[in-house]
Amino acid sequence: MTPPRLLDIRGLTITLPQRDRRITAVSGVDLEVERGEILGLVGESGSGKSLSMLAVLGLLPRSAKVGGSVRLDGEEILGAPERRLRKLRGKRVGMVFQDPMTALDPVMTVGAQLIETLRIHEPGLSRSLARRRAIDLLGQVAIAAPEQRIDQYPHEFSGGMRQRVVIAMAIANDPELLIADEPTTALDVTIQAQIVELLERLRRERNLGLVLITHDLGLIAGLADKVTILYSGAIVERGPVFDIFANSHHPYTRGLLRAMPGAEAEGERLVAIPGTPPSPASRPEGCPFHPRCRLAVPRCSAEAPAFRWFGQSMAACHLAEEAARMELRETAHGV
Amino acid sequence: MTRTLIRRILMMPFLVLGIVTVAFMLSQITRGDPLAALIGERQMGNPTIVAAAKAKWGLDRSLPERYAIYLGNLVQGDMGTSFRTRQPVASDLSRRLPATLELVVAAVLIGGVTGVFLGVLAAKYRDTIVDTVVRLLALTGSSVPMFWLGLLVLFIFSVRLGILPGPGRLDTRTAAPEFVTGFFTIDSLLAGQFAKFREALAHLVLPASVLGWTVTGIVARLVRASMIDVMSQDFVLAARAKGAGAWRVLLNHGLRNALIPTLTILGFTFAYLITGAVLTETIFSWPGIGSYAVDAARSLDYPAIIGVTIVGGFAFLIANLLTDIAYAIVDPRVRTGGA
Repeated sequence: MTPPRLLDIRGLTITLPQRDRRITAVSGVDLEVERGEILGLVGESGSGKSLSMLAVLGLLPRSAKVGGSVRLDGEEILGAPERRLRKLRGKRVGMVFQDPMTALDPVMTVGAQLIETLRIHEPGLSRSLARRRAIDLLGQVAIAAPEQRIDQYPHEFSGGMRQRVVIAMAIANDPELLIADEPTTALDVTIQAQIVELLERLRRERNLGLVLITHDLGLIAGLADKVTILYSGAIVERGPVFDIFANSHHPYTRGLLRAMPGAEAEGERLVAIPGTPPSPASRPEGCPFHPRCRLAVPRCSAEAPAFRWFGQSMAACHLAEEAARMELRETAHGV
Repeated sequence: MTRTLIRRILMMPFLVLGIVTVAFMLSQITRGDPLAALIGERQMGNPTIVAAAKAKWGLDRSLPERYAIYLGNLVQGDMGTSFRTRQPVASDLSRRLPATLELVVAAVLIGGVTGVFLGVLAAKYRDTIVDTVVRLLALTGSSVPMFWLGLLVLFIFSVRLGILPGPGRLDTRTAAPEFVTGFFTIDSLLAGQFAKFREALAHLVLPASVLGWTVTGIVARLVRASMIDVMSQDFVLAARAKGAGAWRVLLNHGLRNALIPTLTILGFTFAYLITGAVLTETIFSWPGIGSYAVDAARSLDYPAIIGVTIVGGFAFLIANLLTDIAYAIVDPRVRTGGA
């Protein structure tokens, strides 16, 4: 028998109340992460990426109803009692938030916040030892002069440095799984690379499983082992990162790749996906992407596509074969 | 921040001068002749007496002259003589201010503590029955007339149940403790008179609670609102994601941040109550500034009116300064001057 996966999510479904009805924000999402593996979770705003990860830690508002299964190291944690979840949060699962400007308490020193993180899970830990460990953690995330920095407040740190502090808090109790929710979105480009490097190093050194939530495909390409693309609360395509980038079978993924700056050759231009993603409240029938899809046929609006395997990846599209032949690039004269 | 504070303190004499000037001028443009109040309506027809009284009280001088004299005296701590009590205003005020301060300090303490407590509860159990009850309580705090509430509690606790004393700072036959701070509770303790301390404290309970109740209402609503605001912020989610329990998140992260706006209101309330405790002081026969101000206004006692106005304005200045200092202690972003 193979050892259980670090994180194994099956059929995760989240509904939220909206006025007099419930809307399905996430439906039937499957995700797996092994130790030492980086999973990229990609989607536009509102696609349910962050909701799914908050659901893992039981951090959704009480009004949210969650179904399916979330196993951590084989143990079912979905719907586990708060006391159980509290022991997991920050201990076995660390979380890095999008905006380091707001993820730290402005009225506590970074040291106090780090020490709090340590002592929540190790109440017997002495203050002086906790402090030493906190200084050590700041050093591990490459913050210079941690002995001095530890007594400073978040506003005395730059954005990149704050994100390092947030990461230090996330890894403080040596978790097995790290969930990073758009960890670089709020940062300058030059700082982004440093944070990515830091995450990659931590993954290597600690054999962390890492879920990287992002809408930056470039980040995924450089970092992730596998990628899952969400659209309007459901998975549209998933697979090893190379397969997806080289040979995607979903028009939405194709569209994202075409819209990705940086990879285009001279004379080519970026092509945006027309329209905006539907809100979960007004999700169209059939394939949710069909109103924006260049390939859509009548069947797409009538029948929701099932997943089909293509080599090691899978995609939910009636026209996957045609999608795979779609030109990734168009010349400026073309179209 | 230190520099800001020093600048604020250096500014204070000018602000005080402004307050004095405004108070003085306002008293000059009000209608009503203080002479009539001073010597009586009947004597107003007697030019000799009018002239003598005018000369005695300096009312025969021009306005700038009187202003200059007043300022000169004020610098020496002389706020003139009350038309009504025939006592120096400064000594009247210094006897009455501690009474008001003791009452207001107790009221703000009671109101602050209960307000924060209720506000936290309401935020924690938002949209439940707890929240509704707290909001109702807070509403009564700011809408029930204080004179009515004062009479009601006097009737219940003093007359009916007899567990708390009636009006006044002490029982009628008890002598005031030796003046040190003017706070009867503190002075009696300093003198080692524990029975007197208990008596002073018992007398303080009702008026301070009635006055504090309005503070409770204001603070509870503010704490509830700012708690709810703070609790929706990322760092609260981050704290939960580290495994912090609900109460730890609420108090350690939520309340600490929510207290910052609350401080402003507490400081403001404190200053406001110095002169705003009139009704409570009247009902509970509390010999403070508020009742003094009312008496002064009734009898066109200008020196006393100006004196009270200056004290009230000064209270705002001090309260603002203390609020700023408290801000610096609570909010590190203010302390280092950055953001």
